[in-house]
Amino acid sequence: MPESVVIRPASQKPVAPKVGSQKLGRALLWLALVLGAALMMFPFLWTVITSITPQGNLSGGPSLIVRDPTLDAYRELFDAIPLWRIILNSFGVAIVSIGLQMVTGSMAAYAFSRLAFKGKGIVFGCYLATLMIPLQVLVAPLFMMMTRLGLNDTYFALLAPNIASAFGVFLLKQAVDAVPRELDEAARIDGAGHLRIWARVVMPLVKPSLAALTVFAFMESWNSFLWPLVVIRSPELMTLPLGLSYLQGQFTTAWNVVMAGSVVSILPIVVVYLFAQRHIIAGMAHTGLK
Amino acid sequence: MSSLTLELSADRLAVRRRRRWRNAGWVLLFLAPSALPLLVFKLAPMVASAWVSLHRWNMIGSMSWAGLDNYRDLLTSANTWQVFGHTLLYVVGYLPLVYGGGLLIAVALNQKLKARGFLRASYFVPVVTSWVAVALVWQWLLNPSRGLVNHLLGLLHLPQPGWWTDPAWAIPSVILASAWKDLGFVMVILLAGLQAIPQEIQEAATVDGAPRWRRFWNITFPLLTPATFFVIVISLINGFQVFDQVYTMTGGGPSGASQVVVGRIYDLTFRYGQAGAASALSWLLFIVILLVTMVQNLGQRKWVNHA
Repeated sequence: MPESVVIRPASQKPVAPKVGSQKLGRALLWLALVLGAALMMFPFLWTVITSITPQGNLSGGPSLIVRDPTLDAYRELFDAIPLWRIILNSFGVAIVSIGLQMVTGSMAAYAFSRLAFKGKGIVFGCYLATLMIPLQVLVAPLFMMMTRLGLNDTYFALLAPNIASAFGVFLLKQAVDAVPRELDEAARIDGAGHLRIWARVVMPLVKPSLAALTVFAFMESWNSFLWPLVVIRSPELMTLPLGLSYLQGQFTTAWNVVMAGSVVSILPIVVVYLFAQRHIIAGMAHTGLK
Repeated sequence: MSSLTLELSADRLAVRRRRRWRNAGWVLLFLAPSALPLLVFKLAPMVASAWVSLHRWNMIGSMSWAGLDNYRDLLTSANTWQVFGHTLLYVVGYLPLVYGGGLLIAVALNQKLKARGFLRASYFVPVVTSWVAVALVWQWLLNPSRGLVNHLLGLLHLPQPGWWTDPAWAIPSVILASAWKDLGFVMVILLAGLQAIPQEIQEAATVDGAPRWRRFWNITFPLLTPATFFVIVISLINGFQVFDQVYTMTGGGPSGASQVVVGRIYDLTFRYGQAGAASALSWLLFIVILLVTMVQNLGQRKWVNHA
């Protein structure tokens, strides 16, 4: 390909001025993108600023300079709701559901990719069908089921819909399909069974997709609102979105407290995202968008 | 090498045929951990809700058979059409905004630029943030008397709408916040699509001297149609299920002006205790989503490029 670029002696002169205008265009584009990024980040900046503004200064209209910054709002926040407990709940539920989805998802992916069985296509179709069911359709019957089983207002109820994810199975199957079968064969000759091949050969090789699944599962669990809203009553079982929504109802004028709560809920997920950023696009590309 | 592989796989097939019963055990072992939860927590409730939709039930007493009454009542109620109308208005406003914006940013951020990683991250941060937190921030930004947006509009001597406190502006407020939040998601999908386009194709077009916008319209965009299709399908499915942002930003108000289908399902279930009607409305919504998705699937053959 590069050769075809080189063989263009005649067109070199008229191109020269264009390069200059292109450079300018690029700089302008970059500037626009930075402005756009600032627009995306601005609400967060403002959240932080508001959270350290003293209660009395809130009505003075928006300002980017805080007079007498204070952490009072955070103190009030921790007094108003059992925040440590709520943070711990959110983390606990997220981590357990990520772990479960990784194990259940990669096992299913292994079966769909490596084991031959009758009706595989139909079973896989059923998995994909569960992706199409909106959560809202399930909320009422799931709630009734949990009530029958006496499991309402428990951690298990919070976790139940996220034990396995068809999206995870789909994502991981694409990755397992890409693992060369020769590697399984080599392990088989060494006397490894399916469980060992799954754990020792396949799992380590689909790490990028597992990382992508981690981010998606974390997002889903961390931000999940409707289901916890329905199934959780006790404050000590609340997750962060519920806690925030509760704050919103309690502190209708004390915005600094509500914003302090937002900061606490946003920070962890931004950190998780920054660590796994490059895997997200790679993981997306793996789902068959090519 | 390849003949060895072939022999090996032929050998393996023979072994597999002999040990089919053992294989079934493995299939069960590997599938059960995911199949059981999906069956119990996804498929079973779905079937159950279809059954409930044919009954009158307050979730406490016993169910009484209602046949298709719930569906008939819903379809003849003005409220149902209203909430579907609001939802449709939301989808129609949201989709072009989020796709257009996402495409623009994806194309721009697919080039080699300074601090590209940081810029991509900035656009994606709202995606990973909880709706409750985002809604709080936007509720405040769009606060009619104290919000920043109206403050700026006031400085420019422009009209200051009542945003989420004004019935006419409630849904546009939700659209604005939603498009802002989901822009990064669309960007990532389109970026993945753009990166799958072979460089040689772009280079060849550059050599031909085609202008930038023609290169985009005739080469990049057609190759991006699978990703575009994915974005539209996902956005429409999510759009029809809009709930979190409405519940946290406007609560469906003022006076029901921004109530959407899922909000109504939530109210029917947990405020009025009409589980039968709520299940029926859930199914109506599901059918609408299914139809929309099917129409797109049929339509895609006309415009999606399968290389």
